[in-house]
Amino acid sequence: MTALPQTTQKKLGLVIDLDICVGCHACVTNCKEWNTSNYGAPLSDIDAYGAEPMGTFLNRVHTYEVRQEGCNAQTVHFPKSCLHCEDAPCVTVCPTGASYKREEDGIVLVNEDRCMGCGLCAWACPYGARELDQLAGVMKKCTLCVDRIYNENLPEEDRVPACVRTCPAGARHFGDFADPDSNVSRLTAERGGMELMPEQGTAPVNRYLPPRPKTDIGGENKIDILAPFLEPVVNDEATQDQPGGFLGWLDKALEKI
Amino acid sequence: MPPYDQPALDTSPEVSEEIRKTTCYMCACRCGINVHMKNGKVKYIEGNRDHPVNRGVLCAKGSSGIMTHYAPSRLRAPLKRVGERGEGKFEEISWDEALELATSWLKPLRETAPEKLAFFTGRDQSQSFTGWWAQAYGTPNYAAHGGFCSVNMAAAGIYTMGGSFWEFGQPDWERTKLFMIFGVAEDHDSNPIKMGLNKLKETGAKIIGVNPIRSGYNAIADEWVGITPGTDGLFILALIHELLKAGKVDLDYLLRYTNAPFLVNDNEGSAEHGLFLRDENDRPQVLDRATGQPVAFDTPGIKPDMAGTYESDGVTYRPVFQLLAEKYLTDDHAPERVAEQCGISADRIRRIAAELAHVAFEQEIVIEQPWTDWKGERHDRMIGRPVSFHAMRGISAHSNGYQTCRALHILQILLGSVEVPGGFRFKPPYPKPVEAHPKPHAGVTPGQPLDGPHLGYVRGPEDLLLDENGNAKRIDKAFTWENPMSAHGLMHMLISNAHAGDPYRIDTLFMFMANMSWNSSMNTSKVIDMLKDKDENGEYVIPRIIYSDAYSSEMVAFADLVLPDTTYLERHDCISLLDRPICEADGMADSIRWPVIEPDRDVRGFQSVLLDIGARLGLPGMVNEDGSPKYKDYADYIVNHERRPGIGPLAGFRGKDGKGKGRGEPNPNQIEAYKENGGFWIDHIPDEAVFYKPWNQAYQDWAVARGLYDTPQPYVFQLYVEPMQKFRLAAQGHGDIQPPEHLRAQVERVMDPLPIWYPPFEGTLVDEKEYPYTALTQRPMAMYHSWGTQNAWLRQIHGANPLYVSGEICDEHGFKPGDWARVTSVHGSITVPVVRMDALNGKTMWTWNAIGKRSGAWALDEKASEATRGFLLNHIIHELLPPRGDGMRWNNSDPVTGQAAWFDLRVKIENIGPKADGISEPHIPPQVSPVGKGPRNVAYGEEF
Amino acid sequence: MHPAPSVIIFTSLSGLGFGLMAWLGIGIPPVGGFAAFAFFLIAYLLAVGGLLASTAHLGNPGKAIHAFSQWRTSWLSREGISSIATLLVMGVYAFNLIFLGQRIQILGWLGAALALFTVFTTSMIYAQLKTVPRWNTGLTSVLFLSYAISGGALLAGLVNIAVVLLLLLTLVQIIAWQTGDKRFRTAGHSLETATGLGNLGKVRLLEPPHSSPNYLLKEMVFTVGRKHALKLRTISALTLGLLPVLLLVAMPFNLVMVALAIVLHVIGVFTARWLFFAEAEHVVGLYYDKR
Repeated sequence: MTALPQTTQKKLGLVIDLDICVGCHACVTNCKEWNTSNYGAPLSDIDAYGAEPMGTFLNRVHTYEVRQEGCNAQTVHFPKSCLHCEDAPCVTVCPTGASYKREEDGIVLVNEDRCMGCGLCAWACPYGARELDQLAGVMKKCTLCVDRIYNENLPEEDRVPACVRTCPAGARHFGDFADPDSNVSRLTAERGGMELMPEQGTAPVNRYLPPRPKTDIGGENKIDILAPFLEPVVNDEATQDQPGGFLGWLDKALEKI
Repeated sequence: MPPYDQPALDTSPEVSEEIRKTTCYMCACRCGINVHMKNGKVKYIEGNRDHPVNRGVLCAKGSSGIMTHYAPSRLRAPLKRVGERGEGKFEEISWDEALELATSWLKPLRETAPEKLAFFTGRDQSQSFTGWWAQAYGTPNYAAHGGFCSVNMAAAGIYTMGGSFWEFGQPDWERTKLFMIFGVAEDHDSNPIKMGLNKLKETGAKIIGVNPIRSGYNAIADEWVGITPGTDGLFILALIHELLKAGKVDLDYLLRYTNAPFLVNDNEGSAEHGLFLRDENDRPQVLDRATGQPVAFDTPGIKPDMAGTYESDGVTYRPVFQLLAEKYLTDDHAPERVAEQCGISADRIRRIAAELAHVAFEQEIVIEQPWTDWKGERHDRMIGRPVSFHAMRGISAHSNGYQTCRALHILQILLGSVEVPGGFRFKPPYPKPVEAHPKPHAGVTPGQPLDGPHLGYVRGPEDLLLDENGNAKRIDKAFTWENPMSAHGLMHMLISNAHAGDPYRIDTLFMFMANMSWNSSMNTSKVIDMLKDKDENGEYVIPRIIYSDAYSSEMVAFADLVLPDTTYLERHDCISLLDRPICEADGMADSIRWPVIEPDRDVRGFQSVLLDIGARLGLPGMVNEDGSPKYKDYADYIVNHERRPGIGPLAGFRGKDGKGKGRGEPNPNQIEAYKENGGFWIDHIPDEAVFYKPWNQAYQDWAVARGLYDTPQPYVFQLYVEPMQKFRLAAQGHGDIQPPEHLRAQVERVMDPLPIWYPPFEGTLVDEKEYPYTALTQRPMAMYHSWGTQNAWLRQIHGANPLYVSGEICDEHGFKPGDWARVTSVHGSITVPVVRMDALNGKTMWTWNAIGKRSGAWALDEKASEATRGFLLNHIIHELLPPRGDGMRWNNSDPVTGQAAWFDLRVKIENIGPKADGISEPHIPPQVSPVGKGPRNVAYGEEF
Repeated sequence: MHPAPSVIIFTSLSGLGFGLMAWLGIGIPPVGGFAAFAFFLIAYLLAVGGLLASTAHLGNPGKAIHAFSQWRTSWLSREGISSIATLLVMGVYAFNLIFLGQRIQILGWLGAALALFTVFTTSMIYAQLKTVPRWNTGLTSVLFLSYAISGGALLAGLVNIAVVLLLLLTLVQIIAWQTGDKRFRTAGHSLETATGLGNLGKVRLLEPPHSSPNYLLKEMVFTVGRKHALKLRTISALTLGLLPVLLLVAMPFNLVMVALAIVLHVIGVFTARWLFFAEAEHVVGLYYDKR
C-alpha cells in the first residue's frame, strides 16, 4: 500500500557521526553480507570478476573534500543509505504497492512479491538509496535490518542493524527518534544532527552529526593558541641555548626530587 | 482512506544452524569472528563480541570473507610448471608427486649446501613455526616480510624501550587526553585503532594526526599536521628541543626508569669513547648524588645525579642526559630552523610542544593502586602522563626511519608517558629488553640444523653475520655493515641478490604468501625479468622456485612447483605468544584458526605440508626415532610441540587438566578447549601489575609464572643505545671487526647512539630541482593486506587506483579532471590517471597500494580495471639507490636496519591530458590463469 | 537521466497515439469506414506499441498486473489504468464507427478526454519528481499535451490545425528548454545541501564510493555536452515543427509531403525526448559530483 501511514508508532533510524567515520567501508560490506542471504532476493553482482563489475549495495560511503577559501582542506567520509523518510516520495510513486512504510516503526520496505522493477521509486529518491537488482529485477534498499532488530534468534544486544553492529569506529547509532530520550534523539539534540537535502521536503528520519571543528583549518599561519608557548628555563638570551645554563636549572630541579 | 495495510513479515527468521568461532585472516589484526553456517555453507561472518581484539566489530575485509573464501581464484591442486616462467602454464599433479618433487630438490641441497635454499614467508602468521623449520633444515636464509614492512619501528622500539607500537603495545585509550598519530596509513592496526579513536572522541581527548595525507584517521583528527614526507624526525627533534629548553621533561621518571643518568666515556678517540662506565660485574654506573661517586644503576635507594660529571684516570664521564640535552638544545633543532623543511610553521611546532607539556604535566592522572618496583621500593599510587603516541610505516619506511622512530620513542620517554596510566602501554610478551631477545645466527653445517635462530638483535659488530672475508652469510645481506641491525631480514633484496649472485648463488627459492613478482617487490618490472632470466646454458638464473599460496596470484605464474594452500576458514593456525600474539595491555591472549569448513579442493594447509616435507627430509624435531613423522599435521604440532619444557605454541588450557596458564604439559584437548572458549584464550594481568611493567615486580613475577620469561627481566629504557656506539667505534677504526672502507663514513654517521635526522637518501642522490615531489602509497582500509584475493565485493569499491596529486602540483601543471600524468623517478616512468586532492602536503602525490593487478591473475577478466586503469607505484621504486659511480650496489634501505625505503621516492610529473585507451603504463602482458576466470555473475545467498 | 530507448519510445509513441486518438474521438476529421480503420489502427499501434515498449524498462514485467492497484497515490498506476480505459472506450467507439457505422459521440468525447488524461498522467510521472528539477514543473504536462495534440493533428492530416499547433509546440518546447536550464539552480540543490557540510566550506567529491559503475550512475547520472545538446536542440526544433510547417505551407500539398512532414516531426519528437531525459539532472548526481 503506497499511501504513507498517517503516523508511525516509532521512528526507527540511524544517526551517523561524520566526526568519527574513518571511511573504512565496514558497514558497506557487512550490510551486503547480511542482506544478500536474508531479506528478499540476493544482492547480485553483475560481471563480478570482469571489467566493469556492478553489484547491488544498500549502503555506500562517499569521500568528500571540504575547503574554505584560503584554509586547509578537510576530508569527510560520508556513509549513505536509506533515510527512512517520514514523507517518503519513493513510497507514494510506487504503482504496484510494493513500496511501503511500516506503521509500527516507520521502516520503508519493498515487498518484492509485488515489485515489477519499474525503478520509479529510485527516481523519486533524492539520496540514491534504492538500487534495482540487475539479476532479480526487483528494487533493493536498506531494510534497517528488519530481520535482525526484532529477531528472537539473535541475542538481544545483536538486535541492531548489521552496519551498526560491525562499525569499528562506533560512528553509527540505531534507535527510535520518536522517543525524545533515546540515544539517537539525544545525540541529534546535543550535536546538531542534520537532515540531508531538507529542501526536498522528505523529512528524513536518519540524522548526520557534523564533524567537530578542526583546530588547523585556518591554515598554517592561523593556528589557535590553546596552550601558551613554553617558557625557557633559562631566560637569559645569551645563555638560554647554552648547556651551561641548562645544567644549572637541572641541578636545581634534581635537588627538588 | 482504507485502513493502512502492509504485508505480514517474519521478523524472526532463522539466522543460521550453527556458529563456529575462529580467527579472521584478512590482515594482521586477527579479529575473532563468528562464522554462521547453514546447509554446510558459510552464511554470514560477524565479529566476536567476546574477543579481546575486536569486541564484536568487523572491518570491510572481514565482512567480505565469504567472497574471499569462495573466490574463483582459489587454487585447486598442486601445479607443476609446463610453460615458461611467468606464462602461467601448469599441469595439475598429485600431492605425492608434488611432495616427492620438493623433497628431491631439497634433500641434496641440505646434504651439501643448505644455504642454497632461501625460504622466505611473506605475510606469514606462523613465523615461530616456519623459522623453526628453516633452522632445522639448516639454511641461514630465512625471514618474513618485516624488512619491507616496518622493521624500523620494531627495531627502534626494542632497542630503545623493549617494545614498540601495535603488537608490542598500544595507547591507553581509556585514559589518554592527547594522542598523536604519525604516518599511519589506515593500517597497523585496523579495528583496534578505530575502536580506540572512538573512545578518544567519547572522552573528548584531542587527536593530532601527523601525515602528509589527510585521509582515514587523519581525516577525523582534531588537528592535521600535513608534514613533508621524510621530515618527521626533524619535527620530533624540534619538539624535544622545545621541551628540553622549557625543562618540561619528567626528570624523576628519567632517573628511575631510563639510562639518562648512565655515565658515558667522553674520551674522544679512545676505544671506549661513548661506552658506559661499568663496574667489575659489567653493570653500568651512575653518579650517586649523595656521594659524588659512581654506583651501579640499579642500586636500591640511590639518587643519581645528571647535572654533574665524573672524572677518573683523566677520563671524563658524563651522564647520558647531558649528552642528550647538549645535542638537542642546539639551534639546529630550533623550530625556526626546521619549519620550512617540515612544511610546519615554527609557531605551530612550539604550540604542539606546549600542548604536549601541558597535558603531560598539568593534567597528570593518578590511580590509587600501590605497587612495588624491582628494587623493592613501594609506591603508593600510579601516576600517569596522559599523552600517547602511535606511529607506523609512514615514518619508518624511509632511509632515516630507524632514527626517526627512535626519536619518537625518546620524546615519549622524556614526557614520562611510557607504561604509565594515560600513556603508551606494552602488551605481553612485551616489554622485553634487547637482552631477552636472541642474536642472529647463520652457522651452517651441511646436513645439520642452523646453530641458532635466524633473526635477532645484534649487540655489537661481533654479532654481524659475516664470513672470514667480510662477506655476507645471508643472501639478503642482513646483519652486515650495510644494515647492521636488520632484525627482520631484507626480503626485498632477496630476488635481486639471488639474481646477481651477490653474495652467492642459490638453488631453490621457496616462498609462502609473498607476492614478490608484483606488489611486494620494489622495481616490479625488473624483478619479473630477474625471475625469468636464463644463463648462457639456457637455465634459469634462479634455478628453482617453489611457491605456496591459496590463490592464483601474480607470483604463482613464476613458480616451478605450486603448493596450494587452504583458505582461512579451512585451516588450523595458532596466533601464538611465541610469534605475533593478540595480547592486550591488560592481558595475555592467543587464539586459533580451525577448519570451520572442509576444503572442497585438493589443497592442504601450508604448515601441514611443511611438516610433511620436514618429515620426508628427516629434519630433527619433525621425525620420531624410527624416522616416522612426529606430527600428523599442523594441529598436532600446535598441541604437542614444546619450545621449552611446558611452553608450547598455545599458552591457554595447558596441562592434562587444561588449567595451565602459559606453562604446562601438552593438553590433547587443547584445541577443543579453544573452540569452546570462542577460539581464543585470555588471562588478565593482576591490577598491581598493569602499569610500569618493565620495573614492576608484580608484573615480572606474573610474566615468569606465565612463561613469558624464565626469570624476571627488569631493565631501563635506552635513551642512549650503547650497541650503536660499538658499531660507530668500529667505523672509527677500533676493534677487530671493522666496516669496509666504502661504508665507514656511513656507519659512523648513522649509528649515532642518540637519534639524529638526515635527509632521505634518494632525495640527496637525485637533483631535487628535477625531482621536486614525493610519491607515496597507502593501503585503503577496505583492501589493506587483502592478500586473499581480489574480492568480488571489495573490488567494486577499489577496483582501480588514481594518483592523488596535491592541489598545489595540479595548479602548477594545469591538471584538469580526466587528465593523466607521466610520473618519472630516476629509475623509470609510469603513466597513470590523476585526481586532485587539496588535503595533501603540497609537494606530495600518492595512490592506493596493491590495487593494480597483472592481467590474468586472481581469476579476473584480462580487461579487469585493476589490470587496465589500476597501477603499481612499485615500478618506479628501485631496490637499489641511484648509482654513485663507485660500482657498488647500494640498497634503497635504511642503513641501520635495512628497512625498504619505499617512501623516499622522488618524482617529477608531466600532464599528458586524457589518455584515449585508458590503460596505465607499464602494462605487463597477461598471464595464463591456472584456474580459469570467475563466473560472470554472483548472487550469493540465494540458497538460504 | 539515462535516455533509455524504452522510455523514449514509450513516451513518444504513446503520446502520438493518444494524441491521434483524442482527435479521432472528437470526430475531427470526421472519418468513417476504412479510413477510420486506418486511423485507429495507427493510433492503436502507436499507443499500444509505446506501452509495450515501456515494459522493457521493467525488471520484473510479470508483476506488472499490480501496477493497476495504486491509483490513489501513484501517477504511474493512474497512467496504467487510464491508458487501458482509453483503449477500451476508444475500442468500443471505433468498433461501432468502423463496423457498425455508428458514431457514439459521447463515447468519443469520453475517449478523447481519457486519451488526453493518459498523456497528462504520463507527464505527471515525470513532473511529480522533485528529484529532477527540470521536470518538476507544470510546463512538463503542457509540453507532453502539446506534443500529443499537435502530433495527433499532424497524423490526423489536419494540416491547417497542425501548422498552428506545431508552431505553438515548438514555442512551448523552446520555453521548456530555456526555463529548464535554470531550474536545478533555482531549486537550491547543491552538494553542500546534499551533505549538510556547506557551513564548513565548498564540498567536492574526493573518492566515489565505488570505482566501478552502479545502478544509480547508469540510471540517473547522464552527462551530455553543452555543444552537443545545443546541436540536438536545433535539430529538434527544426524537425519538430518548423520544417514540417514549411513543407505543409510552402510546398504543394500532397500525401508525400504530409508523410515527409510526419517523418520529420517524429524525428523531432524522438530527438526532443532523448534530450528530455538526457538533459534532466537528478539530484542524486550531486553525491557523485556529477550532473
